[in-house]
Amino acid sequence: MAEIRFVRTAMLPPQEPPVSQIGAVRWVRENLFSGWLNGVLTVASAAFVVWLALHVGPWFMNAVWNAGSLAECREILAGTDGACLAVIRDRWPQLLFGFYPSELYWRPTLALLLLFVALAPALFPAVPRQLLWFSAIYPGLAYWLLWGGTLWFPVVALAGFAVGIAVFIALRPVLPLVAPFAGLVAPVFWWLFAVVPVTGLLAAVLPVGITPVRSDSFGGFTLSIIIGVTGIALSLPLGILLALGRKSDLFLVKTICVGFIEFIRGVPLITLLFTASLLLNYFLPPGTNFDIILRVVIMVTLFAAAYMAEVIRGGLAAIPRGQYEAADSLGLDYWKAMRLIVLPQALKISIPGIVNTFIGLFKDTTLVVFIGLLDPIGLSTAIRANTNWNGIYWELFLFIGAMFFVFCFGMSRYSMHLERRLKTDHR
Amino acid sequence: MATFTDTARGGFRPGMLIYDTRYRSLTIQIAFLFLFMAGAAWLVDNTIDNLRALGKDFNYGFLSVRAGYDINQRFVAYTSDSTHGQAMLVGLLNTLFLAFISCVLATVIGVLAGVARLSRNWIVAKLMTIYVEAFRNVPLLLWIIVMMAIMTEAMPAPNAFRGEDATASMLLWDSVAVTNRGVYVPEPLFTRGLGDVDVGIFLVSLDLIAVLIVGTAGLYAHALIQRHAEAVQNATGVRPVTWWKSLAVLILPLLALLWALGFHLGYPELRGFNFQGGIYMRNSMIAMWVALSVYTGAFIAENVRAGILAVSRGQTEAAYALGLRPGLTTRLVVLPQALRVIIPPLISQYLNITKNTSLALAVGYMDLRSTLGGITLNQTGRELEAMTLMMLIYLVLSLMISAAMNVYNRSVRLKER
Repeated sequence: MAEIRFVRTAMLPPQEPPVSQIGAVRWVRENLFSGWLNGVLTVASAAFVVWLALHVGPWFMNAVWNAGSLAECREILAGTDGACLAVIRDRWPQLLFGFYPSELYWRPTLALLLLFVALAPALFPAVPRQLLWFSAIYPGLAYWLLWGGTLWFPVVALAGFAVGIAVFIALRPVLPLVAPFAGLVAPVFWWLFAVVPVTGLLAAVLPVGITPVRSDSFGGFTLSIIIGVTGIALSLPLGILLALGRKSDLFLVKTICVGFIEFIRGVPLITLLFTASLLLNYFLPPGTNFDIILRVVIMVTLFAAAYMAEVIRGGLAAIPRGQYEAADSLGLDYWKAMRLIVLPQALKISIPGIVNTFIGLFKDTTLVVFIGLLDPIGLSTAIRANTNWNGIYWELFLFIGAMFFVFCFGMSRYSMHLERRLKTDHR
Repeated sequence: MATFTDTARGGFRPGMLIYDTRYRSLTIQIAFLFLFMAGAAWLVDNTIDNLRALGKDFNYGFLSVRAGYDINQRFVAYTSDSTHGQAMLVGLLNTLFLAFISCVLATVIGVLAGVARLSRNWIVAKLMTIYVEAFRNVPLLLWIIVMMAIMTEAMPAPNAFRGEDATASMLLWDSVAVTNRGVYVPEPLFTRGLGDVDVGIFLVSLDLIAVLIVGTAGLYAHALIQRHAEAVQNATGVRPVTWWKSLAVLILPLLALLWALGFHLGYPELRGFNFQGGIYMRNSMIAMWVALSVYTGAFIAENVRAGILAVSRGQTEAAYALGLRPGLTTRLVVLPQALRVIIPPLISQYLNITKNTSLALAVGYMDLRSTLGGITLNQTGRELEAMTLMMLIYLVLSLMISAAMNVYNRSVRLKER
């Protein structure tokens, strides 16, 4: 009887997958032409990209970098389509520094570089902690570098904080509950009444100073960065306080915080800036007149702080009630509970919103053009007012837009990095 | 906050105001109130002093004084002989109009871009990512100025449309003219129109009202037909075919009305040095409209994307398991849940648009900021009055939008426990 059962003794080699299921063909089929709608969209998008490349490509390729005026650019281009990037080459110092004296450009540049040094310990955990001392003195240093004048003014102003801390430490053993208030009030009195005479005295005894620069020579990205960075640095703590105030059990504190936040969020920033430039003189004692950049910084900070408060309130609301109760059951007082338990979690949740507020604030610095400060957009108009560059638009807009994009995109990428780094859940 | 309930022996002592948690909050609040009131009194006192020093007073009488300037875009009757109050009203209406059309266009752009960014189509998704990032990371003011420059510098002059060798041509079968002076689109005209009726401050077109009434009636009839179909389906299990009935009640009466009114389009024509006829949209308005919509559209796109991603895949799978088809799944399961996430940030984007219309100053669009807070303020020199009034108006607008948002949030809130 013949053996009819068949048992394979050797495995067949696997067949190659069909061409349509591997490599580029499969990718194209799945990602570009998975249906008729997708096909149409792909073709339309590709056509758009090609059209854009055909129009913008030559414009970039023919770009003229060496020319003294728009007319000269057009002469060199001889009728072909091309960018006149010579305007950037000619005017970039102005776009970056405004009318800052050109022999002093190193000062804002150094201030910017030191800004990164000062930010490093806050941004990256790998940087040694001792650098935080530098971050603490950086505001005074940056002020001195940018505005110049006597070194003693920022030193004495910064000393106000030391005065506050000293008063707090001195009073704590005697009057533990009054000490924090005294620690807050002492520096205010220091700044109001002591800074000017002490600075004058020190400057007379030991004159150390560099060329002073007036606020109206500030402009361009220097101005944007000054307003943006100061506003960012000040609006976060203020926003946290407002958010805590809004969540507070104390009825009056809560009402005032809510009123402030809703008022600021309800009006456009531009009206607040106009208030700073037109109305502040009404609200302050007769004869007071202080720096326009400082006024703008105050308004931008208040504006951003209200938005920040709403973002952080969202974070606070997302913390489970159990966390507050656990903090209470450990016997922590309000500030300790907030500082050690609630805020670290709430701020972590709010990072995307906080950084969005930062980005919005930085973009909003362009609005200062309406009150006569020369931010990059204001400078682009000023450059165009010059006969050499009359009629140049796209190159300047491209440069300004690209600079803003780099800053804002950088911030948003850093926030995504921070979110990943601080992620502690295991989803 | 920790609360200790030990009752103090020996009655009340002044030290308890600080050391006893029962009284401490009261102490803090009273101290806070005094500080706040002192601060406010200080500001008011300074203001009174300063006003007296400048020889000014605080009154809104200037609103009924002749304005003396012209406004190029107006929805109500206004001449340079009108009052500052009327100028303010014209400005406010321009602000509201710009905000409204920008909200509509921004929503359309944002929804399309948000959905496209989630598309499996690689090139579409990438293009939309570039769009969103480019617009979110560059200041709105720059976009407004760029759009204005595009409108005034890159568009052909009206005389480029002239003659045999015209370098520019009108779009959409010779009906839309895009020039460097503005955009001209066809206007609806009625040969047998019903005329306008004057309701005090502005004219209302009776034709428009008739069209709206007939349209609403059509929608109501459509709803009735749907309800009937629903009832039949519930009773018999078979849903009657209704689309042609709905189409008929929606379209036919409207067509009949338009024919009865003698509806036709008035096309813009090149006459003299410029286009005549049609609706003339100013460059400043177009630039503001496009810039606001495209800029805010990028933010809305992110909200839409986040909303769609927030609906877990399990919901879609559950709907499929129940036997729902993809279209019904989207409409009945995904969309209601996604909208709950999308709408609150969408409304706050509307709020942003409304506030950002104040940037119209940059291109000379006559909004509230340019009339009341601009020319009126400069002419009358009443900074304090004009600014406070303007802030109040913006505040009221914002609070109204916020109130709408709160009503919506309450209506869609998940009913728990």
